[in-house]
Amino acid sequence: MLELLIAIFNGISIGSVLLMAALGLAIVFGLMGVINLAHGELMMLGAYTTFVVQNVLKGWGDSWFEVYIFLALPAAFLVAALAGLILEKGVIRYLYGRPLETLLATWGVSLILRQFVRSVNGSIAMGIGVFCCLFFGGLFLLRRRRNWERIKKWAIPTIGSLSLAMAIFKILLLVNLGNKALTKPWFSARNVDVTAPVWLQGGLPLGDFQIPSARIFIIILTLLCLIGTYWFLHRSQWGLRIRAVTQNRTMSACLGVRTSQVDGLTFALGSGLAGIAGCAVTLLGSVGPNTGQNYIVDTFIVVVVGGVGNLLGTIVAAMGIGTLDYLIGSKTLVPMLVGVEPWESFFDFFGTTSMSKVIVFALIIAFLQIKPAGMFPQKGRTSEL
Amino acid sequence: MMNQRKGLGKKKLLIEGVAIVAIALILAFVIPAVLPAFRLKLLGRFLGLAIVSLGIDLIWGYTGLLSLGHGIFFALGGYGLAMHLKLQLPSGELPEFFTLYGVDKLPWFWQPFSSFPFTIMAIILIPSLVAALLGYLVFRNRIKGVYFSILTQAALLVFFNFFNGQQKLINGTNGLKTSTEHIFGVMAGSDSAQWAFYEITIVCLILAYILCRWLTSGRFGRLLVAIRDDEMRLRFSGYNPTGYKVLVFAVSGAIAGVAGALYTVQTGIITPKFMEVAFSIEMVIWVAVGGRGTLVGAIVGTLLVRYARTILSEEFPEVWLFFQGGLFLLVVTVLPDGIVGWIRDKRWGKKRVITYPGLEEMVEPQMNADEYG
Repeated sequence: MLELLIAIFNGISIGSVLLMAALGLAIVFGLMGVINLAHGELMMLGAYTTFVVQNVLKGWGDSWFEVYIFLALPAAFLVAALAGLILEKGVIRYLYGRPLETLLATWGVSLILRQFVRSVNGSIAMGIGVFCCLFFGGLFLLRRRRNWERIKKWAIPTIGSLSLAMAIFKILLLVNLGNKALTKPWFSARNVDVTAPVWLQGGLPLGDFQIPSARIFIIILTLLCLIGTYWFLHRSQWGLRIRAVTQNRTMSACLGVRTSQVDGLTFALGSGLAGIAGCAVTLLGSVGPNTGQNYIVDTFIVVVVGGVGNLLGTIVAAMGIGTLDYLIGSKTLVPMLVGVEPWESFFDFFGTTSMSKVIVFALIIAFLQIKPAGMFPQKGRTSEL
Repeated sequence: MMNQRKGLGKKKLLIEGVAIVAIALILAFVIPAVLPAFRLKLLGRFLGLAIVSLGIDLIWGYTGLLSLGHGIFFALGGYGLAMHLKLQLPSGELPEFFTLYGVDKLPWFWQPFSSFPFTIMAIILIPSLVAALLGYLVFRNRIKGVYFSILTQAALLVFFNFFNGQQKLINGTNGLKTSTEHIFGVMAGSDSAQWAFYEITIVCLILAYILCRWLTSGRFGRLLVAIRDDEMRLRFSGYNPTGYKVLVFAVSGAIAGVAGALYTVQTGIITPKFMEVAFSIEMVIWVAVGGRGTLVGAIVGTLLVRYARTILSEEFPEVWLFFQGGLFLLVVTVLPDGIVGWIRDKRWGKKRVITYPGLEEMVEPQMNADEYG
């Protein structure tokens, strides 16, 4: 029995990482109907931010190092939120009402981000700086011209490609100079390890077992994120606007809600939550450029099962999928079913982490036959889902 | 008037037929004489991939269903043929990897693959059945749009996990190597066999093109476009789109299966890597670059992107992912109709009435939505 409890606890802790990642995705999906394939990479950015913060604090001494996580969490939130805001303002805004194209565009962003953390170094960072200065400076100057409306159609691509060419030229120049400090990648393609602080390394003894503190910490963090998100969505002005736009975009726009601002803010919030999830992931193991990829598909499934625009659905779906996945994958059910023949060998066959996904997926498809719009579908009269 | 137009259509069709035959002849006889063997092999593989992008164009470009899981069908076809090759052994012997894992009896599902006709049937039928089943379960509940894409992606991950985990059944991560096996007494990796595979690929590509061309013209084709543009209205007109969607998804799966089989024998190995998430999304970008909703575009796009990939990864391996990511962004924002669509619009100066997205997805116009347009 205790084993089952432990397994359920582990399942819940896996589910809470899923939940933290899915929370932001679900809010954004509910609001804009957009699935962000770069969500996993925003998690990865959060994880790398944690790594950087930790290394900085290591230099400040041990007492600082013990509490690095409390600095890393807001930092990860801010970095990911900023990246999300840039993504929304730079790309997604222009693909409004074309969800499939947005899917592809965000995949492109995810590829770029993955390669970016592999190969980012001083010269690339400077190249990006040069590009931003030239492009946005040029835009700023051109915007003041009186015939801006007329020339912008060709001016923006021209100035964009010119700045890009200058930036690439600058990078090549710096690489050719052969300055070691500028061409050495900051994080290499290999995974980086974040050491958890000492007070998170142990565990609470419970009979013969030990509950890892890191997992307890993650569960508490998830709870805090949930409470914070709930408070923001249901008790603040902006939350009210977000919920209004989620329910009926056209009507909200008519009533004076600035939908584009709401979109930007929500996207930043969702990305920030991904950053926090990334910070939490560092406590579970090493992180690398592909860290995000391990989580995204599960996260999407949580959103699909949970339904749109409802926090409760996301919570139930994440916990359900996490627990089920763990219970089947760790063969916890096998000893309980000894003698019950077809089931024992059945759970034995599917009792690996990869095979349990097969069962979970089959269950999800079966579930969608009964409730195609997710666990708690939005009420209203519509012939659509 | 009617007759005249009919005559014009026939003439156009004739021109198209002649063009296809001419390109096929060039590909089949001139190119092998010109290109060095290594480049020819690459071209053969790319043409194999062009077949799968025809299938994707059929369901995405024409029907508006974005499948991110075509790797499943591609790999199923590949595994089918690879299993047949693995079984070309004296009777009583097992493929070597089985003995490695201590299996002494051929698993039941391997047995029929020793027959060649069955294998060919399986390459076409198994992927299409899997596609039909998945499609039926999803479409009957009117799940569509992003939901469908996510579900196909999840299905892909599930298949990847399954094939990756089953060492004892299909050699798990290591996959099945075909280049050292024999087919009809010829080694599959030898030059003559590779040349034969190249020619077969061209034939299959043309067959797939004709099939897609036939499906997308006429009544059925218009139904597909109607599903893409306004499914609600189609439903209100008394059609039930579910059957059509299942059918077109199954056809697309079958095409992908054939492509996978041809690609496998030309690469010499099939591993669960063919079912990676990234590879299946890459297939979509081939179609997008060439131009969805145009069959020629799917083929051209595949060849262009794959060649770009080969050149870039040979010269600057790091740049490829940046380039690919940029390609996704560029195609989606600047060239939504792809290269062929762009040329068509420039050349004839007329924009065909096409509506991406479907009308019901249109939301209120945004103030700044067209700022860069």
